[in-house]
Amino acid sequence: MNSALGLKPSRRACLVAGLTLALPVQAAPARKLTVAAFPMLDEIVKAALPRWRQLHPDVDVQVVSRQFSDHHTAMTTALSTSVYLPDVMALESSYVGRFAQGGGLEDLRLAPYNAERLRPRFVPYAYEQAVNRRGAVVAVPTDIGPGTLLYRTDLLSRAGLTEADLTLSWESYVEAGIKLKAATGAYLVSSAQAIKDIVIRSGLKPGEGLYFDQDSRVLVSSPRFVRAFELARKVRHHKLDARVNPWSNEWAEGFRRGSLATELSGAWMVGQLASWVAPGTKGLWRAAQLPGQTFVSYGGSFYAIPRRAAPEKKGLAWELIQMLTLDRERQFAAFKAQDAFPALLETLDDPLFDQPLPFLGGQAARGLWREAARKITATQVHKQANFADEVIGTELENVLEYGKDIGRALADAERLLARRAHR
Amino acid sequence: MNMRWPNSLRLSPRWAPYVFISPFLVLFAVFGVFPLLFSLYLAFQSWEPTSGLDAMEFVGLANFSFALQDEWFWKSLKNTAWLALASGVPQHLVAIPLAVFIHNSFKRMRDAVVGAYFLPYITSTVAIAIMFSSLFSTDFGLINAGLHALFGGENINWLGRPEHIKPAIAFIVFWRYVGFNVVLYLAALQTIPKDLYEAATMDGAGRVQQFFYITLPSLKPMIFFGVTLSVIGGLQLFEEPFILTGGKGGADQSAMTSAVYLYRMAFDFNDFGGASAMSWLLFLVVALMTWLTNRAFRTRGGAA
Repeated sequence: MNSALGLKPSRRACLVAGLTLALPVQAAPARKLTVAAFPMLDEIVKAALPRWRQLHPDVDVQVVSRQFSDHHTAMTTALSTSVYLPDVMALESSYVGRFAQGGGLEDLRLAPYNAERLRPRFVPYAYEQAVNRRGAVVAVPTDIGPGTLLYRTDLLSRAGLTEADLTLSWESYVEAGIKLKAATGAYLVSSAQAIKDIVIRSGLKPGEGLYFDQDSRVLVSSPRFVRAFELARKVRHHKLDARVNPWSNEWAEGFRRGSLATELSGAWMVGQLASWVAPGTKGLWRAAQLPGQTFVSYGGSFYAIPRRAAPEKKGLAWELIQMLTLDRERQFAAFKAQDAFPALLETLDDPLFDQPLPFLGGQAARGLWREAARKITATQVHKQANFADEVIGTELENVLEYGKDIGRALADAERLLARRAHR
Repeated sequence: MNMRWPNSLRLSPRWAPYVFISPFLVLFAVFGVFPLLFSLYLAFQSWEPTSGLDAMEFVGLANFSFALQDEWFWKSLKNTAWLALASGVPQHLVAIPLAVFIHNSFKRMRDAVVGAYFLPYITSTVAIAIMFSSLFSTDFGLINAGLHALFGGENINWLGRPEHIKPAIAFIVFWRYVGFNVVLYLAALQTIPKDLYEAATMDGAGRVQQFFYITLPSLKPMIFFGVTLSVIGGLQLFEEPFILTGGKGGADQSAMTSAVYLYRMAFDFNDFGGASAMSWLLFLVVALMTWLTNRAFRTRGGAA
């Protein structure tokens, strides 16, 4: 700039010029808050920004959005190197359990956050999910995924079955599936693995781990697993599962053509079915509690603050998190727009939850999910949970495809897990 | 344009070579040497990555002893060996006669033919994997449709069954690298003096005899080079099985090569220390196999 004027400025003049340029910037710092999020949640955060700007016109919020797995890989890298840490980090529930074991996330029990006072305001299991072994609260829940059973009433009535036949117990669910298949030709469920996934999660005592107990003892030979494997084997034996992977083309086609009679999933699945998977089946579906009074969660989202994030912005970050999680209006907006079932208890008594849902033929199903949400218990996520998922899935595949003995399959899994339990 | 740099900014001839070579050295140090040393360091640490760099804890050889006793590590090594052999051996058995055929039979079309064979090698792995996953699709795939038309029988679940997924991947790897080897052998064929063949023809040697007594021995240095590349590449096989199995390694982990497994150890199972130890063990295996290849080619007739 100076040379353009044809002057030859001295070093000092340059310095002064630089300082005068920099000064106004320092006087009114344009503060910027970074939020890292994944699809759906990024929209929810963006929807909250107009309100945020009214409160903090001087603080710009930037939402960095990545695909689901890319987001969590990027967060792992950011936490491990403390570089490019966002001020607010969105996390999916399974990753909360995983990240909670390390010390990378701020303990929100401490001042100035004092998150413990917020505990009574959240769905209990959702809050519990973010508490790690040392008692630290590493994240705040924003939405939850209460599990539900969705079924096709038309197929059910053609087979002369009622909802109670499906939900009485897991055994009756499978029996109903046999009749359904005989009468309508439809599959009961997309994959036998899905049944195993729920049954191993049912009947967990609070604080009991899924695959490991608190002292990292392996639990996969327990009756929970034997029962889950036996049920899955029975389902496969009677050819009741379509053997398709969730979210595959064949899976979606199964819903469109009515060859899948039920689905075990989170409440949010209704929105997915209605919007793109099978909108043509509107009115044919109903929701019920999962068979055998099982209450499990299918995902959920949280917000956390990285411990190494810029300290001067942590207060603002906390304010934004509170706005997203404790504001009824924001929670409702997210529920309406993105099917994000609120984790905030005080929203659950709203008349919104008694409204009929057109896709479910006018059923007021949200009441069911609200009830389920209150009954779900949190499970401690073990460090090796991902590995255990894979091992158990593989062993079930061995049982289903190659007739491996269930006792031997679980013993093999136990041996593999025991070797890693303490790593 | 007669601007002169002040003397203080001029590069002295003494430093010029270093400055000119520095872009490579800097990049190599950042993306080559540093990760290498860091993984060696990590191999002796236990690390919960989300706690930050200072959460590392020295554990001595624990990661190595874990890796050596880990069933899945051995399983992945066996998978790797299977895939390396099943994709590597046919590459050379096909590439050599094919190169000779192209060398002898094509004149004007030669480059186009070589280009066609070389194309898979320079195509993006992702595109290849997407194409083959639709070709190998159980119900709608062209491969099953073809097999069904020829032989009848049930559709084969190529990518879902442990016993089918390995041959499927070996075939893709073979398909991908055979053209590369053809190019290698074509280059070597051009260096064989024509008069050798003329003399042999005069002496009444047939084409098969010429192939076995002239072509093959002359190709030996190139075979050594090609096989070494196949050994190293085969043992580090990652992209094809990774993409075709959605990053998981397939049913019963039957397509989980060592490279895929150690990636999963780090990023899926959160065990960076164990993964680093395994990567160094894999390096030892690669080094050993390369050395053995070298030995095998030397003993049969002087220096390769």
